[in-house]
Amino acid sequence: MAMRVLVGCKRVIDYAVKIRVKPDKTGVVTEGVKHSLNPFDEIAVEEAVRLKEKKLASEVIAVSCGPPPCQETLRTALAMGVDRGIHVEIGGKDYETLQPIHVSKILAKLAQEEKVDLIILGKQAIDDDANQTAQMTAAVLDWPQGVFASKIEKMDGTLKIQREVDGGVEYVEAKLPAVISSDLRLNEPRYATLPNIMKAKKKQIAKKSISDLGVDITPRVEVLTVEDPPVREAGAKVESVEELLTKLKDLGRI
Amino acid sequence: MTSYSPDLLRLRFKASMGLNDEQIQMQRIATEFAQKEFLPYMAEWDEKEYFAKETMQKAAQLGFGAIYVSEKYGGTGLTRLDSSIIFEALSRGCVSTTAYMSIHNMCAWMIEQFGSEEQKQHWIPSLASMEKFASYCLTEPGSGSDAASLATTARCDGDFYILNGSKAFISGGGDTDLYVIMVRTGSPGPKGISCILVEKDTPGLSFGKKEKKVGWNSQPTRAVILEDCKVPVSNRLGEEGQGFNIAMQGLNGGRINIASCSLGAAQASLELAANHLKVRKQFNKPLAEFQHNQFKLAQMATNLVASRLLVRKAASSLQQNLPDAVSLCSMAKLFATDQCFDIVNQALQMHGGYGYLKDYAVQQYLRDIRVHQILEGTNEIMQLIVSRDILQN
Repeated sequence: MAMRVLVGCKRVIDYAVKIRVKPDKTGVVTEGVKHSLNPFDEIAVEEAVRLKEKKLASEVIAVSCGPPPCQETLRTALAMGVDRGIHVEIGGKDYETLQPIHVSKILAKLAQEEKVDLIILGKQAIDDDANQTAQMTAAVLDWPQGVFASKIEKMDGTLKIQREVDGGVEYVEAKLPAVISSDLRLNEPRYATLPNIMKAKKKQIAKKSISDLGVDITPRVEVLTVEDPPVREAGAKVESVEELLTKLKDLGRI
Repeated sequence: MTSYSPDLLRLRFKASMGLNDEQIQMQRIATEFAQKEFLPYMAEWDEKEYFAKETMQKAAQLGFGAIYVSEKYGGTGLTRLDSSIIFEALSRGCVSTTAYMSIHNMCAWMIEQFGSEEQKQHWIPSLASMEKFASYCLTEPGSGSDAASLATTARCDGDFYILNGSKAFISGGGDTDLYVIMVRTGSPGPKGISCILVEKDTPGLSFGKKEKKVGWNSQPTRAVILEDCKVPVSNRLGEEGQGFNIAMQGLNGGRINIASCSLGAAQASLELAANHLKVRKQFNKPLAEFQHNQFKLAQMATNLVASRLLVRKAASSLQQNLPDAVSLCSMAKLFATDQCFDIVNQALQMHGGYGYLKDYAVQQYLRDIRVHQILEGTNEIMQLIVSRDILQN
């Protein structure tokens, strides 16, 4: 039985951009800055499209939460082979304070509405490095999770998931429906082709609002200040181990 | 060292200005592809004179093999403007390889535009995928700018033409599969010229030595020699006497493509130069703080944007077959190739001594785009076309 798959597509500042902190220290500069599909989400999209090509998935739906430019992000996913997109429109202050806890509830609601069998998310976004959404989504839905996946195999009614963990590689088997988060080595995403970009034009992007979904996105976290890391200070050369130990003691390091 | 960051130059007048969402997407794909698949190898391909067939085939898989050929025959079905955007983006990764791809694209289009149904079905799919590579053969040792005086003959003998003569400076020559050759079937002058498709390994088709060039080294350039080369009449593209027209129509688009390649090199070089100026210090301050350099950058950027706008306008005009299309294409080629060469040359100067080292990309951009002022119609001929248009109308 082919799975219905939901993939998360977060619009983030492009990995190659040099990040600048806003002068008022409330965040980083995003205006006029190049944004892209989160690299781990791109890997998630690729995996979902491959499942569809292997006929293990029947439909792949991409979801993005945020302001209107998120539709561009969805179009990238559509051009890679996703069937349709859902744009959950969230703007302004609501978007600035959006956290994984909120997104996980949104994804859970959509997964239920769309009767999805598998959710594949990127393991973390390269802007907040939270690494929470997949785990929280699984918890909200009470579905099994296989995070940091480096390989996914469909078995009979379950998924065998190879995970990269600190100690090495681990295998878990998860009954469907399940949530997976993609790690770097899961696959290498394809380039969208020009013909697929043209085909993607005809694919549907549905718009939903937070009120449509009935999810509470009241902020739980308040950002006090965002600052640059401290400028690296000059070091000092020492002549001997004794001097090293003295210096470290003086600095209160040991 | 030769890689660039998208944020390197926070120009508000980026190459994506004025484009719609799909075009921006296509540009992004071409840019990312070029950054990953061309740029890291650009210097090596130049040094080793390597014709990167496999990489070009990867590009073809994305639809870059026959961009403005109809989907009906396996092309991508996009516009001249889309093609210009794509070639400009790809050029940032390697001008020479992109320029060859644009010639290949031009040949595919000529077959679509003037070929019989059978010829289109037979050739276009394999050209679109770049399973087969094409070369455009017009120039001869005795006829460059005076292309209509070409002397390669095709004598009709039953179901065959017997070809005799030679073509010079053929891009891809000797390593490509299909040769689109302009030959004389009739009287002197343009009306006696026909266009014929010759496959490699046809007896009587041979090649001269591989030319040693200043740039465009990732594509081989050879003379194409025809000695009693027997080619079926069914390989003729269009009617007898239509060949010159076919060749010139191909070149209108070719000129936009070549100009677009110059744009890519100029944009890349401008960014590299600006970054270098920010980093390099002399007399206790970054070179970017000297007004002379600032003003030079401003001129370079202005000329780049002006060139880009002209090229894109010419592309749109050609797409719509407007009466000014031929002149605009000539103007665009003339202006953009000249301006962009100056931009890249100035960018090299801004690098100081480093600009002269092959460790830095600017010199390759310069060497590669220098020929754009010469081929596909010299910039002198471009002036002839435009002035003729002015004075005869």
